[in-house]
Amino acid sequence: MSESIILSVNGMQYPVTIDQGRNLLSVIRGEVGLTGTKEGCDDCECGACMVLLDGQPVNSCSYLAMQAQGREITTVEGVLIGDAMHPLQRNLLAAGGVQCGFCTPGMIMSATALLQRTPAPTEEEVRVGLSGNLCRCTGYTKIVEAVQRTAAELQGS
Amino acid sequence: MSFTIARTVEDALAAIAAGARPIAGGTDLVVGARHGKAALPADLVAIDRIAGLDEITVGAGNGGVTLGANVSHHAIEHHPVLAGSYSALADGSALVGSPATRHVGTIGGNVMNASPAMDTGAGLVVLGAEVELRSVHGTRRVPIGELWSGPGRTIAQPDELCVAVHLPQPAPNSGSAYLRLEYRRAMEIAVVGAAANITLAADGTVAAVRVALSAVGPTIVSVTGLDTLVGSVDDVADAVAAAASEQATPISDVRASDRYRRHTVGVMARRAVVAAARRAAGETIAIPVNRTLGIGAAS
Repeated sequence: MSESIILSVNGMQYPVTIDQGRNLLSVIRGEVGLTGTKEGCDDCECGACMVLLDGQPVNSCSYLAMQAQGREITTVEGVLIGDAMHPLQRNLLAAGGVQCGFCTPGMIMSATALLQRTPAPTEEEVRVGLSGNLCRCTGYTKIVEAVQRTAAELQGS
Repeated sequence: MSFTIARTVEDALAAIAAGARPIAGGTDLVVGARHGKAALPADLVAIDRIAGLDEITVGAGNGGVTLGANVSHHAIEHHPVLAGSYSALADGSALVGSPATRHVGTIGGNVMNASPAMDTGAGLVVLGAEVELRSVHGTRRVPIGELWSGPGRTIAQPDELCVAVHLPQPAPNSGSAYLRLEYRRAMEIAVVGAAANITLAADGTVAAVRVALSAVGPTIVSVTGLDTLVGSVDDVADAVAAAASEQATPISDVRASDRYRRHTVGVMARRAVVAAARRAAGETIAIPVNRTLGIGAAS
């Protein structure tokens, strides 16, 4: 049975009519129309679908869209600062932390949550913060570097 | 089909009495439904917005701690009193899934999902936890070891909701730890796991020990026959390791053979005893013990 609800994504209100069993990922991609968030394993293992719910990381493949009502959803499209890339995005490119790019949106969301909670993380804290995100290209080193570079930049500013 | 959002425990209990199933973070329910383990219930009542159900109350009931059912693993892992005095629980919560799983997953959901491989269960057993179950007919408390009746099964009635987990005040000079064997460091399920709660005598020997095991039986296994066990930490660790391997009834599956599990659960139990004894002696070993002591998967 379908229900009409309103989802708040990146500060915009989106009315959607969905089946109550739909996961948040499919609604963000299919109904809201923001396709930056990726479907990887569809099993809560890979983190490609990571979004923030009231600032906390959530695997959107395994979270009911109905439960996101009244909460603020942030996707990778929402981290832009105006039209400019977020420092995390810029540093991922600069450090070589992006190869195929499929894990990148999820990495950015987990790193965003991490840096909000821990503005100056150690390498170990970065690795734990990103531990729910798999990357099969980079070997992680350059991604960790990019997050630490971003932390240093944001601390300095 | 229906989906309602409960604002109070009473709302939730009424919905559950009418046949709805509760959903908090949904980490087990939604993934399980996709795998065909159990279809998503037709009628759901979301309990994640009930005021107060995500609170940790220190000093509740004779100096213990009460965890509302919606307390997340993230909150447990980072709570100073839980990390300091109920370390085995914090060790377990810190190993669950990934940061995302730990934010969304709740202690009530973890306990009621009744997986024998759950990372908080063995710690809750050795800490003497009780679960508070409530329905429209009343409230009862169940010792955690009596809650689970099989894999994915509890003795709770269909209309009962887990509303809290109660932890008693720890004994003086006691410490606890939970650790697990794992093949990778995140998004992992215990191959085997063990928790120990140790009370030391004034001379540094073990005066009391409780041990529980995960992923080696249909439910969390509470190791028996330890009531009269006293002695040096090393001697107690040896005896516990032998008892753990003997009392384990593991299965072979894709993750490990029964023989491997039987052996390694003894190793984990021994290390849990040693780590708990060090904490009981006043040493701070950061949460989770697995990472701090380099147990499990290499970094």
